[in-house]
Amino acid sequence: MKAGAFDYVRPQSLAEAIRLRGGGRDTQLMAGGQSLLAMMNLRVAQPELVIDIGRLAELRTVSETGADVSFGACVTHAAIEDGRVADPSRGLMPQVASGLAYRAIRTRGTIGGSLALADPAADWPTVLAALDGQAALRGPGGARTVPCREFVVGTYETKLGPDEIVESIRVPKLSAAARWGFLKFCRKSGEFATSIVAVVRDPQRNYARAVLGAANGAPLVLRQTSEVLMTGAVKRDALGAAIAADLDAARDRRFDDFQRDLHAVIALRAVQQALA
Amino acid sequence: MTQIRLTVNGKQVADDVPPRLSLADFLRERRNLTGTHLGCEHGVCGACTILVDGEPARSCLMLAVACDGREVQTVEGLDKDRITAALRDAFKQHHGLQCGFCTPGMLITARDLISRNVANSEREIRKGLSGNICRCTGYTNIVTAVGHAAKALAGGGGE
Repeated sequence: MKAGAFDYVRPQSLAEAIRLRGGGRDTQLMAGGQSLLAMMNLRVAQPELVIDIGRLAELRTVSETGADVSFGACVTHAAIEDGRVADPSRGLMPQVASGLAYRAIRTRGTIGGSLALADPAADWPTVLAALDGQAALRGPGGARTVPCREFVVGTYETKLGPDEIVESIRVPKLSAAARWGFLKFCRKSGEFATSIVAVVRDPQRNYARAVLGAANGAPLVLRQTSEVLMTGAVKRDALGAAIAADLDAARDRRFDDFQRDLHAVIALRAVQQALA
Repeated sequence: MTQIRLTVNGKQVADDVPPRLSLADFLRERRNLTGTHLGCEHGVCGACTILVDGEPARSCLMLAVACDGREVQTVEGLDKDRITAALRDAFKQHHGLQCGFCTPGMLITARDLISRNVANSEREIRKGLSGNICRCTGYTNIVTAVGHAAKALAGGGGE
């Protein structure tokens, strides 16, 4: 199908984009447009005004300090895949980027757009939560930071205010001792996943976190699994029990038998990868 | 209507377009470049894959209005391209198409795989082509053709 009628504007600065966002119309920000335009073509989304922020230089920069790397919201998956930007994650982010949809989508789709859309089956919300990324938001009232782990609150629901924009995402650098695991299950390569698990263990920073995506809502932090992971206990039974306890505790997600079994297997393998 | 100026297959083009016009429809209906095929119109089938500033993109998931100042290449603009020529020969020799609907997207995607040097094994080629659907299900011959083109271009004398 074709998108319905809408107005289009390409602001020249982030400040102008924020002004337009608060202009009282039904607006949609467009970064790479790789989900938005599909949704508009299917008429699931019918905004009055599309604000194209994809070319804003302010949102395409990547900056690095000793402790972290900050990705502008409009950095593409392909730039991360190709290693054209700094990598704080010792290979995790490039691997995730390289398996995200298809190359022709990755050349345009962006990390900030993916996070802000908060599709439950998208990779970045889960991976950025596991890496303890911090989303920098900007609105007419100024800037604020929200941990990615809390940013997504449900299916397509985030803490982003109606007149706010995701400006950048800051990801702490993993230490040399850190290990990660990442696994997702798709019935066809490149499609949205049925299960995603990202695991980061960084004993030098006293940090361990396992996060489940495609979890019928926001990415789910597997708390007991993360605790076991921190101790470095490698016994398969202990890991399996912790994962089962975490999945049992998430009753509100209403996993069916297939989902529960699949999530348990994917989580176990991802955690084992991080401990190997 | 918004005025846009862009380069299509090396030619400067100016036009007035409504915001809702996709790049794919712009190419097909305003430029008569019907080699770009529209299948699903939501980014899944890959038939409409073209090059924007040298990188593959889904023309159904781009607005013409957003392509102001960009350089677009369609399958028609790759007649003299070395990699595309090798792919064309290989597709012909290995029967890499049946109905031909997916072929423009397959050629542009395969060209990108070869140019990024990620078409060196059947596994790589299959993964790289996974975003292009062939409903004749002629994947075996397409994968074979891409593999032969990659070898021929690498100077291995694949043909």
